[in-house]
Amino acid sequence: MLSFIIRRLAVAIPTLLILVVFSYLIMYAAPGGPFDAERTLPPEVMANLNAKYGLDQPLIVQMWNYVVNVVVHFDFGPSYLYKDQTVNDIINQGFPVTLTYGFWSFVVATIVGMTLGITAAVYHNSWLDYLAVGISIGAQVLPNFVMAPILVLVFTLWLGWLPGGGWQGGQWEYIIMPVIALSTSFMASIARLTRSSMLEVLNANYIRTARAKGLPMRRVIFRHALKPALLPVVSYLGPAFVAMITGSVVIDMYFSTGGIGIFFVNSALNRDYSVIMGITILTGALTILFNLVVDILYACIDPKIRY
Amino acid sequence: MILSRKKAQDLETADIGAAIEGRSLWADARIRFFKNKAAVTGLVILVLVGLFAAFGQYLTPWSNEEVDWGVLGQVDTMGRPSFESKHYFGTDDLGRDLFARTVQGTQISLMVGLIGALIAVVVGTVYGATAGYYGGRIDNVMMRIVDVMLSIPYMFVLILLLVIFGRSVLMLFVGIGLISWLDMARIARGQTLSIKNKEFVEAAHAIGVRPGTIIRRHIVPNLAGVVIVYSTLLVPSMIIFESFISFLGLGVQEPNTSWGALISEGAKQMQYGTLWMLLFPLFFFVITLFAFFFVGDGLRDALDPKDR
Repeated sequence: MLSFIIRRLAVAIPTLLILVVFSYLIMYAAPGGPFDAERTLPPEVMANLNAKYGLDQPLIVQMWNYVVNVVVHFDFGPSYLYKDQTVNDIINQGFPVTLTYGFWSFVVATIVGMTLGITAAVYHNSWLDYLAVGISIGAQVLPNFVMAPILVLVFTLWLGWLPGGGWQGGQWEYIIMPVIALSTSFMASIARLTRSSMLEVLNANYIRTARAKGLPMRRVIFRHALKPALLPVVSYLGPAFVAMITGSVVIDMYFSTGGIGIFFVNSALNRDYSVIMGITILTGALTILFNLVVDILYACIDPKIRY
Repeated sequence: MILSRKKAQDLETADIGAAIEGRSLWADARIRFFKNKAAVTGLVILVLVGLFAAFGQYLTPWSNEEVDWGVLGQVDTMGRPSFESKHYFGTDDLGRDLFARTVQGTQISLMVGLIGALIAVVVGTVYGATAGYYGGRIDNVMMRIVDVMLSIPYMFVLILLLVIFGRSVLMLFVGIGLISWLDMARIARGQTLSIKNKEFVEAAHAIGVRPGTIIRRHIVPNLAGVVIVYSTLLVPSMIIFESFISFLGLGVQEPNTSWGALISEGAKQMQYGTLWMLLFPLFFFVITLFAFFFVGDGLRDALDPKDR
């Protein structure tokens, strides 16, 4: 087990480094710099600015300094666009927001999705099954950027129940719509996954044995069928959680929640290199971390896997 | 793409062409596909949407970039969908005909979906088949590269590419092409591993056929079933992906448009009561995705021998 984790980390760290170097190179190759404003600055000022941010150094030196700062000091450097903030400030400010609704979306998608999937499988071919399948197919064609306007239309413009945007320190009425918008399509995928793997498990011989020896259905489902049926679902949850954080770009734009997504888009549009890199590396690290966590979890719950 | 990873894994391990008796696999599959009502309905819808994209422009006197000055400034009353003004779907906030723009957006979205899937099919199949056929160290290195690429937050990288190298349809294809083939490569590899030990490959090898030719002539055709199923599921995820990018305002540029861009514009305007701007593009988006999912499911049921 330990050697497995070490082996995975041995792959994960180079991956992260590749990501850092790759995004640094793209940005270095890009035409235009962070200080190209409408009004061209005098060359002396330009030189001073470049010197202040270390942009006058050779590429290798710049990159080395950056990597050292990120890895050793966990410092992503200053932001070029938000002059009085560092990238760390921006991440500290935006990330808790993203994490809050990302986490709730994850919880909602998992619980609702699994419940739908299990119900559909247990009552296979009944109206409950058709209802659950219908909901999950419907939800699959409603990605977050489609759900967001529909929700605002219904709950803000027509019913006037919920505010159409903002965060206000994360009060519940501001969280509801971002969470629903973000979780819908994931919920659908989880429901479909759970249903198909649950169906497969329920048809297995050992389930018939359990039924034949007189165990009540409830006990069979929860004690015997659930664990193996949820294995493929678990492997989906890791990437899904990361995708929810990545999907936050739309949520932040549409609901003005102020998560990292909006900083990413603004920075991308304004060539604010350090913020873009910081967020890209952060999500990259999260992706790798969650894949690792999922693999370990998988090893814990699936007795068939040996490392 | 993440939505279909499980399906991808299913397909990776699926054993296609295991038992073929009497009727050919394809004839069998066709019969089963046409028995599936949802799949056939999906296919009909797709054909209709395709016709709409191809010939819709001939039904309206307006073009997608021409501003109807008569409705400008009073779009919420004058720009409503009506047959009198020949704006069948109404106009957008700038007085441009929404019918023509929806036709145009449908073309772009379908094109992105199909080309994205095509890149994935060609690159992914060849890559996966090569890795699977050679095996050993080559396989290890090739699949490790895929793993590394899969753990990159591609949405962010694509946004980065689009911002830095300029927004164009071409860049969108490059960005989508960079990541869409990864799952396909894994599927193709998994299938190849089981195919390469079959007698006919051994026979080809024995009579001295070169590895490249074996892959092209003997392995790839046998991957077709799985690849077709997976690519029908890939098209909608490409469309969703493009729409997401366009929703952020990073996709195709004016006067061109796509479903995502139209939905985004409609969503911005809906507080003024001009709901048609949101609902018409949304309708096409939703029914097309539905249709693709149904056709994909139908094809899987038809081609996947596990369910027989």
